[in-house]
Amino acid sequence: MNVRMGPWSLRVAPRALAVTALLLVIACAAALAAISTGEFFVSVPDILTALFGQGTPVAELIVSKLRAPRVATGLLVGAAFGVSGAIFQSLTRNPLGSPDFIGFTAGASTGGILAVVAGGSALTIAGGALTGCVVTALLVYALAFRRGVQGYRLVLVGIGVNALLLSANSYLLTRANINDAATAGAWLTGSLSGRGWDHAIPVALALVVLLPVCAAVARPLRMIEMGDDSARAMGINVERVRAAAIVSGVLLCGVATAAAGPVVFVALAAPQLAQRLTRSPGVTLASSALMGAVLLTVSDLLAQRLLAPTQLPVGVLTAAIGGTYLAFLLRKDRH
Amino acid sequence: MAVPTPGSRLWAGDLTLAYDKRTVATDLSVAIPDGSFTVIIGPNACGKSTLLRALARMLKPRSGAVHLDGGVITALPSKEVARRLGLLPQSSIVPDGITVADLVSRGRYPHQRLMRQWSKADETAVAEAMRATHVTELADRIVDELSGGQRQRVWLAMALAQETPILLLDEPTTFLDISHQIEVLDLCADLHEAGRTMVAVLHDLNQACRYATHLIVMREGEIVAQGDPAEVVTPDLVRQVFDLRCEIIPDPQSGTPMVVPHCRRRITSPA
Repeated sequence: MNVRMGPWSLRVAPRALAVTALLLVIACAAALAAISTGEFFVSVPDILTALFGQGTPVAELIVSKLRAPRVATGLLVGAAFGVSGAIFQSLTRNPLGSPDFIGFTAGASTGGILAVVAGGSALTIAGGALTGCVVTALLVYALAFRRGVQGYRLVLVGIGVNALLLSANSYLLTRANINDAATAGAWLTGSLSGRGWDHAIPVALALVVLLPVCAAVARPLRMIEMGDDSARAMGINVERVRAAAIVSGVLLCGVATAAAGPVVFVALAAPQLAQRLTRSPGVTLASSALMGAVLLTVSDLLAQRLLAPTQLPVGVLTAAIGGTYLAFLLRKDRH
Repeated sequence: MAVPTPGSRLWAGDLTLAYDKRTVATDLSVAIPDGSFTVIIGPNACGKSTLLRALARMLKPRSGAVHLDGGVITALPSKEVARRLGLLPQSSIVPDGITVADLVSRGRYPHQRLMRQWSKADETAVAEAMRATHVTELADRIVDELSGGQRQRVWLAMALAQETPILLLDEPTTFLDISHQIEVLDLCADLHEAGRTMVAVLHDLNQACRYATHLIVMREGEIVAQGDPAEVVTPDLVRQVFDLRCEIIPDPQSGTPMVVPHCRRRITSPA
């Protein structure tokens, strides 16, 4: 489907457009449900008045201080994981090339645990996670580098580094005192509970800066999926595009992990789910972002309500929901 | 010092080509005659694909330069070069689940911008490229599910959609059976006749002689001979370049030189 206006033209696949719209609706619905339901019910009009500071003090506390920032963090973190996963799956031309498999998330965990053990505040833990993610990415990149970086090498090296970091993480937990280990353990499953605006805003800022970069490299990235020579023949500066994509992907993954902990499976599943639903060739960034946001928000809603008053960490459900749904789609793929 | 050659938009002077520490060629100069169907041929590892990759700016020469339309090719804006010179690489990766029409459309990339993704010209170029390569009927098929010959025609269509006056092809017939090899080469000849400058690396000397208007023969990183195949290809040259004793007879179909290797073993006819 083409949209033309004077010298401008856009190309959109109707199916991708429909899926994107649908995901947007689901994300909004899940967000509203998460804000209005729970032990204290707030109706939709009350939510709006509370958000604009016109509601009752109780509604305002629950909506603006407790539930809205948690939902916002979920949406933003999910989108960041989705885009980060899409970028690395595209770069490695491999679904297993997502940041939670090639060590980046594990590296962020190491950074986070170290910060917990050092007795850091929430902010230091976030800083530790971001640093851990970036350092791991640099390490994986340096180890995989041989006349440029090839996808399968990056995945193999990443899986090795991932294993190494996971055992380091376990070791750190056994050495930590019991309170630190409990704190770190809760953070390690990935959780959105108790997230405030100070968690949501850094992710929002990162997305504001990095999403335009991602949008700019999205089309050349898809060309690079056909091979470096094919992309260069089309006039693409492969090295520059790849560097911009790697930096954006690593930062998005790091910032997301810093805010919500290493939530597993969103970065892996969101791009794959999005691709299968839109039936678009290769990985798509916009639908991956929305799918990540939906996956995390819906998972968190269920994590809070499913066994209420028992609260599950969201990481438990992302794997369960994302995994089941992906298995279902893969089964359908076989025709 | 190499000088520009009149009648050649694409030429290279004093190239030193190397991968890491392995030098493939030194002091290599070559000009591609405009409007020719140039075929580069030579034994394995003679540097023919390396030369083509350098001409297509895929490989940066250690020294010397490739020139396109009077400018050094690596100094020109890359997208600008991509509107004048196309390349069909030896191997490309088919994106998962892409349709023929979508893949061919990607050839329009150098003509597009973020806010001009699909102009009328793009549409015409893609339709024309698919028609010329006879893949119009396959437009909605998934590329992964096509045969090797069909897939190669689709890649060729993508390169055609790029609408470049010069098209370089790196071993376009490898991995194809004989009938598909001929199909692809006939197609290249059609494109040449339609006015494009074609440059291809080929393995088969007889096919090269049949289709080339200009032959470049390489051995160990050097150009041993070049020109009209009928004048260039002699038993002496074949022995010198391929280490093969042969006789040359006219191709019964095209009249171009045809290499018939000498038998090294006595062949006994069945009783």
